[in-house]
Amino acid sequence: MSTQAVLFDVPGPKAKRRILVFNILGALLVLGILAVAVNGLAEKDQFEAAKWTPFLEWETWRFTLLPGLLATLRAAGVAVVTSIAFGLLFGFGRLSGLAPLRWVCNVVVEFFRAVPVLLMMIFLYQFFAKSTPMEASQSPFWAVVVALTLYNGSVIAELVRSGVFGLPKGQREAGLAIGLTPAQSLRSIEIPQALVAMLPALLGQFVVILKDSALGYIIGYTDLLANAQRFGAGAGNMLPALLVTALIFILINMLLTFTAQRLSRLLGARAGKLLEREDAIDPEGVEAPVR
Amino acid sequence: MGGFFALFEDYDVVAAFWVNIQLAFWAGIASLVLGTILAVMRISPIASLRWFGTAYVNIFRNTPLTIIMVFSVLGLWGQLQVNFSTDFNLNFFLLAVLSLSIYHAAFVCEAIRSGVNTVPLGQAEAARSIGLSFLPAAWLIILPQAFRGAVAPLGNVLIALVKNTTVAAAASVAEASGLMKTMIEFRPDVMTQIFLTFAIGFVIIVIPIGLLTTWASKKLAVAR
Repeated sequence: MSTQAVLFDVPGPKAKRRILVFNILGALLVLGILAVAVNGLAEKDQFEAAKWTPFLEWETWRFTLLPGLLATLRAAGVAVVTSIAFGLLFGFGRLSGLAPLRWVCNVVVEFFRAVPVLLMMIFLYQFFAKSTPMEASQSPFWAVVVALTLYNGSVIAELVRSGVFGLPKGQREAGLAIGLTPAQSLRSIEIPQALVAMLPALLGQFVVILKDSALGYIIGYTDLLANAQRFGAGAGNMLPALLVTALIFILINMLLTFTAQRLSRLLGARAGKLLEREDAIDPEGVEAPVR
Repeated sequence: MGGFFALFEDYDVVAAFWVNIQLAFWAGIASLVLGTILAVMRISPIASLRWFGTAYVNIFRNTPLTIIMVFSVLGLWGQLQVNFSTDFNLNFFLLAVLSLSIYHAAFVCEAIRSGVNTVPLGQAEAARSIGLSFLPAAWLIILPQAFRGAVAPLGNVLIALVKNTTVAAAASVAEASGLMKTMIEFRPDVMTQIFLTFAIGFVIIVIPIGLLTTWASKKLAVAR
């Protein structure tokens, strides 16, 4: 529902004036809050040029931020690929005609969706370091990748399942009517449509993967956040370093969200309908709403 | 295996989980209040407030919670000397609640907005026709129905919040994930059992919330 259209009238001259006044008051309020924050920061000497100029220098980017960003993107990139593989595997498993296979996949998916990613990361980090022949320096990277895969793969598996369930019932009936078996109808009619429709939601999930990769900081993976934190501690400009880091994450994620929105418009009604339904009834993707 | 159970005499697992539950409780209330205010801003006729709400959601939805948590501790506390309490541990607890609330308010706002989308247009038209202006219409007609439609997404936000309380480990709050780390470091021989204990602890907390909100969303949904 577009509430905006009816919750208030098309403003007349008097209401226009009142809205203008409130607009100015609202803007002043926001600016006031910002001013208090800026003033507070200035009092703590956070606006000294020396604290910010390092981020204009190529050396800072070359030796600190870019290697960190690369490590973050590497972990997130590998996790994206493995999550999709995990998600498809278990998503198909949950749709299988074999009841025991369905149950096993259900239990696995529900378990990994309920366990915090950080908990898995801490465990896997210790597990890889102590119980596998993996080199100790490699274990944080793989802990991040595997933990992200188990969680996000499970969410994608759920996306696959709800995507298929969201299709109009007639699709399956038509498949059966032309003599396909249920499995054939699933493979050749339902899943291809569900996959296309879930593409925007999938992109939204990449935002979650990228964001959660920052948890690697806690187990000692030298990602963007860890590098920025070390740089801030060394140069005495912790606040600017963290703000620049946050800005990088926000920009990449907004780009992903924007792409997802364009894609969902491009895919038209099919994707739109699926997402709308997800949104209104049970938005599994509330961690990453796409609209 | 006997050694494994003896671990629970040395480490208070239940107390650690209790910290997570408390974090989730306070951050849940704070983010619900903040998120509702943001949602009202986003549907209001005043453009500057709408922009503020949109900017807030876009910024905090796209920032890793870990950065917000680290920012609270190293930035707010370390650099700006923001202290909420003279008690060291309570201070970090409150910083963690603040970070969790700021982050999840963006998702609460989105959940309520999706609830607003379930309210038929006629409701808003009816509110207008009996002469209600924006705030009364939103407060008396739209929001009560929107909340009932938003139970399921709000439940999802709550589940995410419960799981994300583990990130408070970055603010050195003594909660479950930190205790698990300590226990695994002390007894690496039973690390899988220790992990499963904590994992199942979260499953026990999270699954009932999911079942409860699914039940409540069906029970509370306005029949249309």
